[in-house]
Amino acid sequence: MSAILPPSEQVWWKTPVGKEEIVWIALALTWCLIMFAMMPIWHVYGKQNLSNEAYKTTPVQYEAKVKAMVEQHTIRTQSVGEMDVPVVAPPAGSDVYILGRLWSWYPMLEFKKGESYRLHLSSLDWQHGFSLQPININLQIVPEYETVITITPDTSGEFTIVCNEYCGILHHTMLGKIYVTE
Amino acid sequence: MSQYRICPDTGLYFDRAGEGLMKANAVAGVVALLVAGVLALLVGLTRWPAIHYLGASDFYMVLTAHGLNALIFWIIFFEIAILYFASSSLLRCRLATPRWAWLGFILMLIGAIMTNVAIFQGSSSVMMTSYAPMEAAPHFYLGLILFAVGALIGCFVFLGTLVIAKEEHTYEGSIPLVTFGALTACIIAVFTIASGAIILIPSFLWSIDLIGQIDALMYRVIWWGMGHSSQQINVAAQVSVWYAVAAIAFGAKPMSEKVSRTAFLLYILFLQLASAHHILADPGVSSTWKVFNTSYAMYLAVLASLIHGLTVPGSIEVAQRKKGLTNGLFEWLRKAPWGNPVFSGVFLSVVTFGFLGGITGVVMGTEQINLIIHNTFYVPGHFHATVVLGTTLTFMALTYFLIPVLFRREMILPGLAKWQPYLFAGGMTILSLFMMGAGTLGVPRRHWDIGFAQATEMGLKFEFPGSAEMMLGLVGIGSVIAVIGGGLYLVITVGSIVFGKKIEESAGLMQSFGLPLAASCYTSEKPEPVKGPAADLEEHGSAGFEAPGTFVLAMVLLVTFVVYYFINWKYLSSVWPMG
Repeated sequence: MSAILPPSEQVWWKTPVGKEEIVWIALALTWCLIMFAMMPIWHVYGKQNLSNEAYKTTPVQYEAKVKAMVEQHTIRTQSVGEMDVPVVAPPAGSDVYILGRLWSWYPMLEFKKGESYRLHLSSLDWQHGFSLQPININLQIVPEYETVITITPDTSGEFTIVCNEYCGILHHTMLGKIYVTE
Repeated sequence: MSQYRICPDTGLYFDRAGEGLMKANAVAGVVALLVAGVLALLVGLTRWPAIHYLGASDFYMVLTAHGLNALIFWIIFFEIAILYFASSSLLRCRLATPRWAWLGFILMLIGAIMTNVAIFQGSSSVMMTSYAPMEAAPHFYLGLILFAVGALIGCFVFLGTLVIAKEEHTYEGSIPLVTFGALTACIIAVFTIASGAIILIPSFLWSIDLIGQIDALMYRVIWWGMGHSSQQINVAAQVSVWYAVAAIAFGAKPMSEKVSRTAFLLYILFLQLASAHHILADPGVSSTWKVFNTSYAMYLAVLASLIHGLTVPGSIEVAQRKKGLTNGLFEWLRKAPWGNPVFSGVFLSVVTFGFLGGITGVVMGTEQINLIIHNTFYVPGHFHATVVLGTTLTFMALTYFLIPVLFRREMILPGLAKWQPYLFAGGMTILSLFMMGAGTLGVPRRHWDIGFAQATEMGLKFEFPGSAEMMLGLVGIGSVIAVIGGGLYLVITVGSIVFGKKIEESAGLMQSFGLPLAASCYTSEKPEPVKGPAADLEEHGSAGFEAPGTFVLAMVLLVTFVVYYFINWKYLSSVWPMG
């Protein structure tokens, strides 16, 4: 019963270490270092990384930027309930904006396949979760912070933004759309 | 002179004052588990698409309460009982300041009740995380603060007991490994509660309008200093219990005190960095910070868990081989007492915690891989494997040992108790696996309707693949099986401490809930100090591997780990390029 009794050696760090423990520690440590190295390696060679670009903002400032983009580049609207939600097709390479609020993503975007866009994300009220389906990219949207990621859609079709951060009673109705054309 | 009794069956020491506190904390924990289990069934039946039992607002309320009761109240009450056991009983020392310990217990009790009241009044359906700027009622935060203060008092009672034991020479040499592990848990707990105070006190002041605003990102970073670290208390406590059960059920000696204790030290140094796991998809925090912290500084805490994963079963193997079970690689395991729930619960916990909880935790905590997992159903899949299969199952197994030893009652329904760990672990494994499966397909966590019926009515449609819906059904089935297994545990343990045959003279029914046994059981003569066994004179490991079977199992774990890790990188490489 010695794990519940004092060790037989007065000084515990002088106890001998068995062979399998040494081999196992060596293997496990090697694996730990490989896993640690993988993250910086992927920053250099991998194509899916989070940018480190983010800004402090306010709901008013951010909403103004979204509005400016919507006024310039709306190509059509899509009716959602009683609302007409603009579908915006900004030029490739430009800054594009989506905002999350209780309980919708605004506006809808239309991208061209293979082109890159600087996608800005923020929330006007509570925290939201940007979960792009069925691609399955998931980002945390925090109010007063504006995230910027450069995204390059390489598949075309209709994509849905599901909110995956709980944001109150109608959380499960909060959907948005991104269209990608050939 | 303090009064104590020595358990005639195990030789364990129970301080008269400390014993009552162990009982009270364990029982309060079990009541919280009962609440959590009932709520778990409601949550499980709602996320099962074919049943979809609760309405949306009830679902979010019940889910909030389930999280707090299961993850915080049940586990921390039980951990306080373990801290008192690991200090007072294992060191043969009176518990320090029992009155303060009772004050701590009462604060925890009031806090737990207050927060539950706030949730069930309906104005605090904010999930366990209560992310600002979503606001809960003031007494939601206040309850958590009181609970944390009570737990902090418990930690200091534990530390005080260690000081008294040292001062009064109640043991010789170093503290036992299990106490060392409990000390690790206690140190992590103090850190956890400090983080909790830093974020919950301002949140409380904000909820009563004394503070204008809480920064949402700051809230996340500090809240997870508490939220994730509290799970690290569990890891340290549960590993300590694993070592304790190996010692109790097999007379197992740690393979090497040096290795196991160094692994606990690595926990103290690195485990809490993992609160970064929750911030990986957040803006405003740099990749350098994320990579360093999410990897526990080069995965040194993962190394510690991998070490315990070898040395706990390894010590059992060594003990079994000494008893003559030396055929082949696995005779020691085949002939283990599989019908004893104390052993089977712990062994199932070691295996499922490693394979399901540990591997997936490291994978999803990889900075970039987190992009395809953050906030999906994969996350609760992972932590049901760590916290439920790891911690809860371990604590359940320990309870079967405590009923005769601490409560001095015979266990009722021993035939059912044999099956309980398998039923519970089986249901929970199904639940955890299919939650992770659905999460891989993008199904969100904390979501009432992944069929999006209301959005569809408004003209916004989205459907997850049919396989996601099927997996959610299997999650529902798993939850029902696990709830039956958990219910069985409650029936057996509560039934035993109330109706079980008395082994020693009792002081009435309240004895089961916090009063000591009849006065005649106690003595106040000074007990013999606890001594370690004589040094083992055998050659240690020189003729080759002492625990070859465990080593093979560990290699299976490592290979699974490597394969699964790279599968996830492969999956990540298939999503849209971004940077």
